Amino acid sequence: MIIVEDLHKSFGEVKAVQGVSFRAEDGKITGLLGPNGAGKSTTLRALYTVLKPDSGTATIDGINVVEDSVGARSRIGTLPHGSGLYPHLTARENISYYAELYNMPADTIDGRVQKVIDELDINDFADRRTKGFSQGQKTKVSLARSLVHGPQNILLDEPSNGLDVMATRALRELIRGLRESGKCVLFSSHVMQEVAALCDEIVIISSGKVAMQDTPDGIRATTGCDDLEEAFVKAIDMVEVES
Amino acid sequence: MKTIRTVFLKEIVDNFRDRRTLVSALLMGPLFGPILFAFVINLSVKQSLENADEALDLPVIGAEFAPNLIRYLQSNNINIEDGPEDRAAAIEAVSLGEEDVVIVIPENFGENLSDMTPATIEVITDQANTQAERETRRASRALRAYGQEIAAMRLTVRGVSPMIMRPLNVDEVDVSTPSGRSAILLGMLSYFFIFALLTGGMNLAIDATAGERERGSLEPLLCLPVKRDHLIFGKIFAACFFMAISLSLSLTCFHFTLKFMPLQELGMTPNFGPTVVVLAFLLLVPFALVGASLMTLVASFTKSFKEAQTWVSVVLLAPTMPILVVSILMVRPSTELMFIPSLSQHLLLVGLIKNEPLNLLHVLVSVSGTLIVGALLTWVCARLYRREGLLG
Repeated sequence: MIIVEDLHKSFGEVKAVQGVSFRAEDGKITGLLGPNGAGKSTTLRALYTVLKPDSGTATIDGINVVEDSVGARSRIGTLPHGSGLYPHLTARENISYYAELYNMPADTIDGRVQKVIDELDINDFADRRTKGFSQGQKTKVSLARSLVHGPQNILLDEPSNGLDVMATRALRELIRGLRESGKCVLFSSHVMQEVAALCDEIVIISSGKVAMQDTPDGIRATTGCDDLEEAFVKAIDMVEVES
Repeated sequence: MKTIRTVFLKEIVDNFRDRRTLVSALLMGPLFGPILFAFVINLSVKQSLENADEALDLPVIGAEFAPNLIRYLQSNNINIEDGPEDRAAAIEAVSLGEEDVVIVIPENFGENLSDMTPATIEVITDQANTQAERETRRASRALRAYGQEIAAMRLTVRGVSPMIMRPLNVDEVDVSTPSGRSAILLGMLSYFFIFALLTGGMNLAIDATAGERERGSLEPLLCLPVKRDHLIFGKIFAACFFMAISLSLSLTCFHFTLKFMPLQELGMTPNFGPTVVVLAFLLLVPFALVGASLMTLVASFTKSFKEAQTWVSVVLLAPTMPILVVSILMVRPSTELMFIPSLSQHLLLVGLIKNEPLNLLHVLVSVSGTLIVGALLTWVCARLYRREGLLG
C-alpha cells in the first residue's frame, strides 16, 4: 500500500508538485492521470526515492521513503519513464542483473528469472542481446526486470508509451493479473482510455495538485459527465479555477 | 560488498561485449605507445647514423678557385658537386628547398689567402629547414677545420708552435651510462603507459555515468534497493580492471617491440626484461584508481556520451603536465615528488629503466599517495552520485 500525504517538490522556480495526497490500496489498480507536466512523474520519482520531496511524507507499506529509502525501494518494482536496458546483455542477463541487485538468494535467481520470462511470454527472445529490440519487447523485458523479485508494490510510469495495440493489450492483462494476486499497482498515464479501461481508482493530477480521487463511476457522478474524457477535462478546469 | 561485486561483474561482461571498449582497451592504448615509439626511435636512429657515415653531397660554386680546399673537403667524406650557375641562382635554389646548402667560393679566394687577408666563403642555407641545418653545420665545421689547419701552417712557417693558438683544451667527459642515455628517450615511455592505462578504462567510465543516463538505464538502476555508493564503487573498480588489462598488454607489447628497435646502435641498453615489466606494472597500476575515479567524476558532470568523451579526453592529457614540467626542469626524484600521482610513477619508471636500485621509501610513498588521491576522488564521485541532479 502506498500513502502520499501533502507532497511538495520544486525545481528552482518551478513548483512541480504542490501538496499531492492520495492512497493506492493493495489489490487495486490506481491510475495517476494528468496532462503532460502535471507532476505525475515527479510524484512517482519521489515514491521510488530518486527525488527527495521538499515537504510532506510518502510511505510504502508503512516505510517512509525519506527515512528508509533503501527499505522502501526493496518493497517496490518500478518501470521508470523510458526505462533503458543494457544493449550488450541478453534479456535474461538484464533481468538476472536486477535480481542479484535485489539481493535475492543466489540459488533462487535462475528459477525466478525463468518464471517472469514465462509470465511475460518473452521466451522467444530471452537469450538475445537487447540491442535492436522493438519498443514492445523492451517494455516487456523492463517490466520482467522490475517484477523479478515479486514486489508488493508496482510503480509504472507511462508503461504503454510506444506500444502497439497488441502489446498494450498484453500489458493490461498483466497488470490485471498483478491485481488478482493482491498487489498494489500504481501507474501514470495521460491517456484517458487506458486509465478508464484498467483502473479501480483514479487520481487526477493537474498543475501539481490532486484535482480528484475517486472510482471511475464516482468521478462521473461528481463532475456530472457520463463521458470520462469530459469528466477529466472538467476536473482539470476545476483545479485551474481554484488556483 | 555483494552489490559492488555484482555491478563489477556486470560491467566487465557488458564491456567485453562492447566493441568500442575493446578496441580502446585492448588495441588502441597498448599498441599506440609501442608503435609510435618504435617509429620515433627508428627515425632518429636512421637520421643520426646516416648523417655520421654517409658522404655529404655539397654543391660548390667556384670550386676551381680553391683546389686545395676541395681536396680537403673530399678527404672529409664530402662529395663536391657542381653548384648552380651563380650566387643568385644558388640563393633561389636554397630558398625553394631544391638545395639544402650551397657553398660559394669567390674568384679572389686564392689571392686573399696568399695576401693573408681573410678569404670569404659564403655558406648559403635556410636556417628554418632542420635537415639543412645539420648539413650546414657539417659543412661549416669542415671549413673551419680547414681554416685552422692553414693557420697552424702559417705559424709553423714562422717558427711559432701552433699550440699557442690553443690556450684551452676543452674535453667533455660523458659519464652517462648507456642505460642512462636511453632513459632520456625512454622517459616519454611512462606517458605512453599511463595513456594506455587511461584509454583502457575511458569508455567504461563514460558508460557508467553519462552512457547510462543517456540510455535511460540509470533511473531504474537507482530505484533498486541498493546504496548508490556501492553502484559507483562497482563501476569504478570495473574501470580499474580494464585499465589494468590495458596497462599489462601495453607493457608486454613493449617488451617485445623493443627487440626490434635499433637502440644498441644509439648506444642504449634499455632495461626492459620480464622483471621490469612486472615491477613497472605494480608501480603503475595504483594510478588506475586515480584515472578511473577522475574520469567518472568528469563524466558525471556531462549530459551525453559525446560531451563526456570530449571532457574525458582532457583527462588523458592531465597526467602529462607534471611529467612535462619535471622533464623541462630536470628535477631529481625526491620523496616529496612521490606524493604526486603520475609524476611519481614516471620518476620510478625512469629509474627502473635506468637500472637504478628501487628506493623503497619512494615506492611506498608513491603507491600510498596515489591510492589516497584515488580514494578521495572515488569518495567525491560517490557524493556526486547522491545528487538528485544526476538524472539530468
